[in-house]
Amino acid sequence: MKKRMKILLNGIFKENPVLILALGCCSVLAVSVSVTGGLGMGAALTFVLVCSNVVISLLRNVIPSKVRIPCYIVVIATFVTLVEMLMEAYLKSLYDSLGVFLSLIVVNCIVLGRAEMFASKNGVVDSFFDGLGMGIGYTMVIVGMSVVRELFGAGTLLGVRIIPEGYQLGILTQAPGGFFLFGCAIAILVAAMAKKGKKFEPKMGCDGNCAACGTACGGRKEEAK
Amino acid sequence: MSKIFLILFTLVFTENYVLVQFLGICPFLGVSQKLSSCVGMSGAVIFVMTLASAVTWGIYEGVMVAFHLEFMRTIIFILVIAALVQLVEITLKKYMPPLYKALGVYLPLITTNCAVLAVTILNIDESYNFLESCVSGFSAGVGFSLALILFCGVRKSLERAKPPKCFEGLPISLVAAAFTSLTFMGFTGMAERVFGG
Repeated sequence: MKKRMKILLNGIFKENPVLILALGCCSVLAVSVSVTGGLGMGAALTFVLVCSNVVISLLRNVIPSKVRIPCYIVVIATFVTLVEMLMEAYLKSLYDSLGVFLSLIVVNCIVLGRAEMFASKNGVVDSFFDGLGMGIGYTMVIVGMSVVRELFGAGTLLGVRIIPEGYQLGILTQAPGGFFLFGCAIAILVAAMAKKGKKFEPKMGCDGNCAACGTACGGRKEEAK
Repeated sequence: MSKIFLILFTLVFTENYVLVQFLGICPFLGVSQKLSSCVGMSGAVIFVMTLASAVTWGIYEGVMVAFHLEFMRTIIFILVIAALVQLVEITLKKYMPPLYKALGVYLPLITTNCAVLAVTILNIDESYNFLESCVSGFSAGVGFSLALILFCGVRKSLERAKPPKCFEGLPISLVAAAFTSLTFMGFTGMAERVFGG
């Protein structure tokens, strides 16, 4: 049980997918304009991540390694479609506000990265906790960003007005504010780690090849040379 | 005709995929270190986006609507894009080796680029016709390239800059991206003024 707890906390803090591994930043930057959107996106991604991790872990001995990435994509896309249909039926306004980013969970680096790096090598229960931890880690970052952006950018929190009209920094809810805030968040993390005496160098994306994160990415680079 | 130009202008400037809509951030941050790789990646993205827009439009209108499979859109589109990229890679390797040499390395990198999947989905959501879809794919690609190449220049100057220690590397690049994105906000409203959209 202690090991499971460690896997769970690993995703939330030590290997936080967004801040430390710099994966899946597209949706974090785009959706974090409102807290409701952030919560919805976090929940959707966590659901997909947990389900796909469990299924891929169950199938890890059946899937031939040469076609593993298309197989993973099919599994993930199935769960994404499921979430899309459920959300369109029961939470229509959230579905509209998330827009295309809900479908784009399919190509989210975190989901494919965990399938490749963890679920394809570990047991079902471990994979479940890994998915849950990574999902919670992602949700925490996206909700944290959206609290700052909604509170200072629009002056509201979950739609309730907190800062009176005319005192908000509108730029925070727009694209430049997203980039700026995300940069600051990582810088604060680096500074905090440095204070604790730990060195941490933030990663620079993953060459855009989300599907082949981790091990496969290294192979691809060698091939390119 | 004016609609075509409106799509072209909006997707390149006012609704730029990378800097305004946050699509394709990973390659934007990952590949923008060297100008040569920026140009290669840009060429590959424009090519694949245009082709993917054309092919997915055909499959959606021709097959999926006819058999009421619209709900399978996400799965089918991502598989079509993956297969398409493989096919393009093989064809180029066999028949156009110089072009393959220039773009080949970057082709596999775009299979799961979110900007490519997004453009095919948005074409359907906006209910574009065939020509409009192709133009939208092409101009989204051009917008991506513009952002990537411009940011590559910004990145070059960043190398010489001395930011505070904690901002070194990724954080300062993100802040620079914020300012690049800010300049693109200057185009807001221009498309409607020029093309009477």
